[in-house]
Amino acid sequence: MSKILITLNGEQLPIAGDIDLETLISQLALPAKRLAVEMNGNVIRRIDWPQTTVSDGDRIEVVHFVGGG
Amino acid sequence: MSDTFQLADTTFSSRLIIGTGKYRSYDEMKAAHIASGAEMVTVAVNRVPLDGSAESFLDHLDPKMKILPNTAGCYDAEHAIRTARLAREALETEWIKLEVIGDPITLLPDNEQTLEAAKVLVKEGFIVLPYFTDDLIMAKKLLDAGCPAVMPLAAPIGSGMGVQNPSNLRIMREQLPNATIIVDAGVGVPSDAAIAMELGADAILMNTAIAEATDAARMATAMNYAVQAGRLAYLSGRMPKRLYASASSPIEGAIK
Repeated sequence: MSKILITLNGEQLPIAGDIDLETLISQLALPAKRLAVEMNGNVIRRIDWPQTTVSDGDRIEVVHFVGGG
Repeated sequence: MSDTFQLADTTFSSRLIIGTGKYRSYDEMKAAHIASGAEMVTVAVNRVPLDGSAESFLDHLDPKMKILPNTAGCYDAEHAIRTARLAREALETEWIKLEVIGDPITLLPDNEQTLEAAKVLVKEGFIVLPYFTDDLIMAKKLLDAGCPAVMPLAAPIGSGMGVQNPSNLRIMREQLPNATIIVDAGVGVPSDAAIAMELGADAILMNTAIAEATDAARMATAMNYAVQAGRLAYLSGRMPKRLYASASSPIEGAIK
């Protein structure tokens, strides 16, 4: 399978192509609770993750909450 | 005594809003939160670490607390707007503490970018609580943009310097009698919080003053009292300042 290169939280990451966002997030073993994902500047709602294809060059931000003032 | 604090659709009995940053441990944070009496806490939106070290910070908060996500770390309107949208998606809250910083040394707000972001976010249905420089004209613009409250700084974030410009706060209170004013940032000790409340602030938002105290929970208690004391003093109406003395005891009838 061909590899694609994405930018995830500012880091370049080669991943297997033909993947959806839901699968990518689960492969990253992130705590799935209260995460939000942005792809190329747009928030991708959780219900849309499975139908969202990750493509070469995509810029993805995955955020959660930390302590702050 | 019933002196509730209304903000958007929510009624609070506490006028203290506190942060969740800089605590040395979760236990310490939780104890401080309880001691403070606060009903709303701020949290920051941050990239998830990809090394598997991520943990669910929110699990360490009292479920009764209302969570106010912030846009800390954003240096322009676009990043703040994106951060607010992500916070809404993850937390299912419309509430956002809007913070657009102008430079990393002072962490002073970029008022122009803050206003720009506020306009966009209000249109998108957010309840925007903007952190900004303590300036009356800016406050008016933010209120006109649809912010339900304004959050002027007392001093730079984390500085603990207290209310640096009491005149500005007083002017803001007098000129905007119906606006909700929350003093955000710069409080160091309870007397600072009391001063801000005496000047007519509706509430205080603080983080470092409690989190960096040697005994955070005890300081949180002190801040709780100070905010209440300052509020009561404001409602009571202070005596006028005089240059000269005014005797409290009768002058007539003292023995000679």
